[in-house]
Amino acid sequence: MERIVRLLIAGMLILGLAFSVTGCGGQAGENKAPADKAKPVLNVASETTYPPMEFTEKGEYVGFDIDLIKAIGAAEGYEVKINSLGFDALIPALQAGNMDCAVSAMTINEKRLQAVDFSKPYYTAGLIIAVGQNTEGISTLEDLQGKRLAAEVGTTGLDASNKIKEKDPKTTIKVFDSVGEAFMELEKGGVDAVINDLPITAYYIQTKGKDKVKTVGEVFAADDQYGIAVKKGNTELLNKINSGLDKVMASGEYDKIYKKWFGEQE
Amino acid sequence: MSLESILAINGLQVVISHFPYLLEGAALTLKITVLSVLFGMVLGLIAGLFKLSKNRILYFVATAYIDFFRGTPLFVQILLLYFGVLPFIIKTDSPFVAAVIACSLNCGAYTAEIVRAGIQAVDRGQMEAARSLGMNTRQAMTHVILPQAYKIVIPPLLNEFIAVLKDTSLVAVISAEELTMRGKLLYSTYFEAAWIWGTVAIMYFMMTKLLAILGDFIERRMATE
Repeated sequence: MERIVRLLIAGMLILGLAFSVTGCGGQAGENKAPADKAKPVLNVASETTYPPMEFTEKGEYVGFDIDLIKAIGAAEGYEVKINSLGFDALIPALQAGNMDCAVSAMTINEKRLQAVDFSKPYYTAGLIIAVGQNTEGISTLEDLQGKRLAAEVGTTGLDASNKIKEKDPKTTIKVFDSVGEAFMELEKGGVDAVINDLPITAYYIQTKGKDKVKTVGEVFAADDQYGIAVKKGNTELLNKINSGLDKVMASGEYDKIYKKWFGEQE
Repeated sequence: MSLESILAINGLQVVISHFPYLLEGAALTLKITVLSVLFGMVLGLIAGLFKLSKNRILYFVATAYIDFFRGTPLFVQILLLYFGVLPFIIKTDSPFVAAVIACSLNCGAYTAEIVRAGIQAVDRGQMEAARSLGMNTRQAMTHVILPQAYKIVIPPLLNEFIAVLKDTSLVAVISAEELTMRGKLLYSTYFEAAWIWGTVAIMYFMMTKLLAILGDFIERRMATE
């Protein structure tokens, strides 16, 4: 009997601890809310492991896309709420109506246009090949035939990898939930190359992948442009996002955000 | 609704045309499951016996192993093994090998507890009787205790195997193209959530049901003996 009582007390203590922690989090959120209570909430979906476009810093979602959508939200009178989803779940979440829009370094392409509508393009990216620091003899897409590749699920980098595999079936592709895992696989030598969006790969080799990973060859699919996705047919929201994007670009805020994340280049 | 209009549903077309693709994924799921269960049973039997051993070191090793693999999520174990531990131990870049190792170790820990409970459930008198007939502990274990324990452990073991089959879906995270990963790849291309995940769920269900039927059959055979 005494044992059971002791167990119960221990259990209650753990529960209490858990609630006190989440309780604090909830309060912090409530403190922010009252000021914007009148504003409608814009539920934004993003795959937040994609620095510098969207990632987490000190528990907050940060990055180019995050700043941009917050600026657009402010211009159009929305309270922006960022939700972290897997990249492959972004479009289904829009279709199901769970999310209002998706901002996640998403390239506008034919395949996606069949499923969702896109805003005006807001960033020109392109793809680049990344290899290990000591890798020699890879500089073009042709060089990748028959090699071991890694990519993130649902990305244009994976599409490009699949095209290489179509030309040479000996090519192997490992698909990961986030590009960070694909880079890890590259670093540990599990694959020969990763095809991914230029800004993300460039950021990676300057930070975590320094002296371990390098980019080779030219940027390809260089006219690939990112857009903000909404549910197909939701023109009302799309117009607002486009008008917000115009405002943010005209006011010079876009340039400020660009400089913040990419420095002075271009 | 006419047959043509049903067949024109986009999601249905995707699922039908990619059925062999999903089936390949299911085959890999089965392969990982069978291997993990086989290795897991061996590991579990050893760890379970160690845990009953009077030898302090063996007991400690088994307890540490069981506690770690039962006390942490399989998802974390898979990531830890694939990215953190295996690269320093064996020279393999195969997610399949890593998947089998992770699932085997996990399955072994649960099986060990099932084995231990099964042996302890055999009446104490059985061991005493065997010993009084002149058998040593080892002989008593292999000829008297374990044959009785087998019967007891079959239902919980079967439960564990079904759990392993479902848990293999977690190895998608290290790019092993089993059924869930194949589903993810299709879903990220065609965005037909209900059709694709519905099909994947049915395929998993059919596999676990098959295992359950097989288990029932074995249990009944054992019971009539």
